[in-house]
Amino acid sequence: MPIFKKEFLGYFRSPVGYVILAVFHIMVIGLALYSGYYSRNEASLNSLFRPLPWILIVFIPAVGMRLWAEEKRSGSIELLFTLPISPRTAVVAKFLAALAFIGIGLCLTFSLAMTTGYLGNPDWGVIFSGYIGAMLTASAFLSITAVCSALTKNQVIAFVISVMICLFATLMGSDWLAQFLGSSAPTALLDFLRLLSFEQHFASMSKGLIDISALSFYLVLTLACLGINMIVIER
Amino acid sequence: MPRGAFAFPFPRKPNTWDPTPGTQNKMVTVDRLVKDYGTLRAVDGVSFTINKGDILGFLGPNGAGKSTTMKMITGFLTPTSGTATVDGFDVAKDPIEVKKRIGYLPESSAAYPEMTVVEFLTYVAEARGIADKDELNSRLADVIVKCHLDSVKYRAIENLSKGYRQRVGVAQAIIHDPQVLILDEPTDGLDPNQKHEVRKLIQAMSADKAIILSTHILEEVEAICNRVIIIDQGKVLVDETPAAFKARKPGATIDEVFRELTNKTVLA
Ligand SMILES: Nc1ncnc2c1ncn2[C@@H]1O[C@H](COP(=O)(O)OP(=O)(O)O)[C@@H](O)[C@H]1O
Ligand SMILES: [Mg+2]
Repeated sequence: MPIFKKEFLGYFRSPVGYVILAVFHIMVIGLALYSGYYSRNEASLNSLFRPLPWILIVFIPAVGMRLWAEEKRSGSIELLFTLPISPRTAVVAKFLAALAFIGIGLCLTFSLAMTTGYLGNPDWGVIFSGYIGAMLTASAFLSITAVCSALTKNQVIAFVISVMICLFATLMGSDWLAQFLGSSAPTALLDFLRLLSFEQHFASMSKGLIDISALSFYLVLTLACLGINMIVIER
Repeated sequence: MPRGAFAFPFPRKPNTWDPTPGTQNKMVTVDRLVKDYGTLRAVDGVSFTINKGDILGFLGPNGAGKSTTMKMITGFLTPTSGTATVDGFDVAKDPIEVKKRIGYLPESSAAYPEMTVVEFLTYVAEARGIADKDELNSRLADVIVKCHLDSVKYRAIENLSKGYRQRVGVAQAIIHDPQVLILDEPTDGLDPNQKHEVRKLIQAMSADKAIILSTHILEEVEAICNRVIIIDQGKVLVDETPAAFKARKPGATIDEVFRELTNKTVLA
């Protein structure tokens, strides 16, 4: 609990946290407008949710890159692990603190939901499941970032590698890749890739479908990465 | 978090049955500790015990393995072989119990630079399970006085001078009034007055604690330690009182004895 508090408040002790939030917010609004939020005349947040995974690919690693890398670089990790706290507690507390910060970022996008509610009559259930999907995607990306951060002293390296992994995991099942591979790949392979793809799972959630396979995909991935995080940290 | 809510209600005191007189006070036992970094053996079979009231000076040239040994006692590093026991608890088996009993000043005197002194000390106190608001405030006030931090307590740590940062590190190490204090070069980077202050502080606390401090300042050992261990290339060369150490070569300074000892092993 003290670690959660320290990490969470840490985002607001320097301008970095505010900058990350601001950039995230600008990207969300910008892309929503770009993809025709007003012109489309539909009361839904599709224009928010469709580009969201792509924004998260950058936003989440930016939030999570410092989690462990900074402690290793400054040597404060010695302090952390001579406190009477188990590595499991430390891993979970740091993860939750970063997730709470991301939650704030996502809450900021409520402004879009509000506007939608004001202008039309959206399906709030769909919007709700879209936000659940966003949070789940965020946890999975964040747990990947946490592992990368634990592997290096350098925040920038942690950032770049996590962006690459998240990007790869999202691209894997995209229609774009399917078209690209086209006839050369067996459909079974494409189906398998889709199963592992963030975009597909997120797309179904943002349409209001909370299906078990998507849910368990996110949870298993997040827990697995947190487990790896613990192993990496204990060396 | 209700720390220790499920703990056994009686403190475990594995040493109380020990019939040998004096061993009740045995706080730290280090038994044949070895640490390899790849092919480099940084610590090579170090053994010693220290009792309550002892101030052990851990001496040796740079790279001798002092910090590595200390990190193994604190549970930060896992030994390649050997054991370290604090108040009867084996670091490898009960790391949490050991960590509760130790206050540790890392060599880097690391902290979180954006935090203010008070924020940082509060964090450490809370993480050490001091949840009660009144107790926390009194501990905080206590270490701030002891370490002379009052004038900088609301300043961010990154803006402090090396001397103040070092004292923040000491404050953090003693905030839970630990039974064992492990200080890695506590007077490093301080000016002579500050050095004197820190030594006085260490001495004042020593009665009910076991203290290990590393240094390469020999006069420091003479001034405050009642035990001296000299370590070179990971091996213990000397384990005796400062007086006995100095008496090895009558008329010579403690510096000269040290140089002779450590040089011999380099040439051998
Ligand atoms: N993380 C590490 N990886 C590899 N070698 C290390 C590491 N830490 C220390 N060493 C080596 O171990 C030896 C002992 O280091 P250390 O315990 O820091 O010595 P001291 O504190 O006595 O100056 C040195 O040769 C040092 O280079
Ligand atoms: Mg050292």
